[in-house]
Amino acid sequence: MSDVNLQTESAADRRSFLSGLGKITLSATAIALLAGQDRVGLIGSAKAQTANNDVAILNAALGAEQEAIAAYQLGAASGLLQKPVLDLAVQFQGHHKEHASALATTVKKLGGTPVEAKKTYSFPTQKLKSQEDVLAFAAELEKGAVSAYLGAVPILTDRELARVAASILGDEAMHWAVLRQALGQNPVPTAFLA
Amino acid sequence: MRLLVLLVGSLAMIGPSCFAADGDAGHGAGIYQRCLACHSLQHSRSGPRHCGVFGRKAGTLPGYAYSQAMKKSGIIWDETNLNRFLENPLKTLPGTKMAYAGVKDAKDRADLIAYLKQATRDPAICD
Ligand code: HEC
Repeated sequence: MSDVNLQTESAADRRSFLSGLGKITLSATAIALLAGQDRVGLIGSAKAQTANNDVAILNAALGAEQEAIAAYQLGAASGLLQKPVLDLAVQFQGHHKEHASALATTVKKLGGTPVEAKKTYSFPTQKLKSQEDVLAFAAELEKGAVSAYLGAVPILTDRELARVAASILGDEAMHWAVLRQALGQNPVPTAFLA
Repeated sequence: MRLLVLLVGSLAMIGPSCFAADGDAGHGAGIYQRCLACHSLQHSRSGPRHCGVFGRKAGTLPGYAYSQAMKKSGIIWDETNLNRFLENPLKTLPGTKMAYAGVKDAKDRADLIAYLKQATRDPAICD
């Protein structure tokens, strides 16, 4: 991303408009998440256990998102990705960042402690030698993330949180399909995901 | 096709021998992809590494922060308890932080366990 042209007034305006848009999107998500939280606010102790489970589920998802952010960072910084693939990677990383911040916010709202991103991840760096390798690695992570959300949706007690998880699942499935397409593979190989 | 699946399913149930011994590890490798959001064979990620899991006491891999529930479970991993755990982790082991609905299909689980049995003790993968 080049900041050089953002000095002029109109570009600055555009930038603040864009970041404003970003905020609107985020707060819409936040509202959706809050809707779930309000109901949990009315809880007795049985429901508190339920909220705990939801916290564990969201934290597991958060851990996977943090790893995906780090993986895209590695990919983007590897020098192996060419435009326009590089732009896609940066965009997808941005989505994962949004997911992670929404999840962390919700965990806190539910009274939990969001897991911290790890300092280091064991990525198969020695096997990443070409753009293809990086894309295949990212595709595998996205597919794994789809499975993880698929494993989360049916066990989230709060239906609103399940909806949010499903919407993230959809986003990650799109990433997966686009990465497969970029690899020259059938982008949507099955009618059902597992 | 359906019939075939049913037939194979019931044959597998008739056999007194262990489900996992008959599992299709090749198919199980595909099922294992569902675990790859959180696990890998060689490295701990958000979930603990799987190499050496058979015969390992649950919750004891050094350097991984398990839940109290897992640490206190007293489980020593084998085909039978893995089969039970993986069907519905949160129900089998309340308090576990493996927040995953589970692998619901018995054949998928048997295949997955057959795969894990090979892969988690494969010297080419696990040092
Ligand atoms: C959403 C993330 C996630 C997914 C998906 C997931 N796991 Fe886990 N798994 C974990 C976490 C976290 C733990 C640690 C649990 C604890 O400490 O309570 C764990 C623990 C385990 C353990 C106990 C290991 C030990 O060292 O005692 C086994 C076995 C296991 N998982 C197998 C699987 C298999 C097989 C799959 C795929 C079907 C799978 N997991 C999918 C997160 C996940």
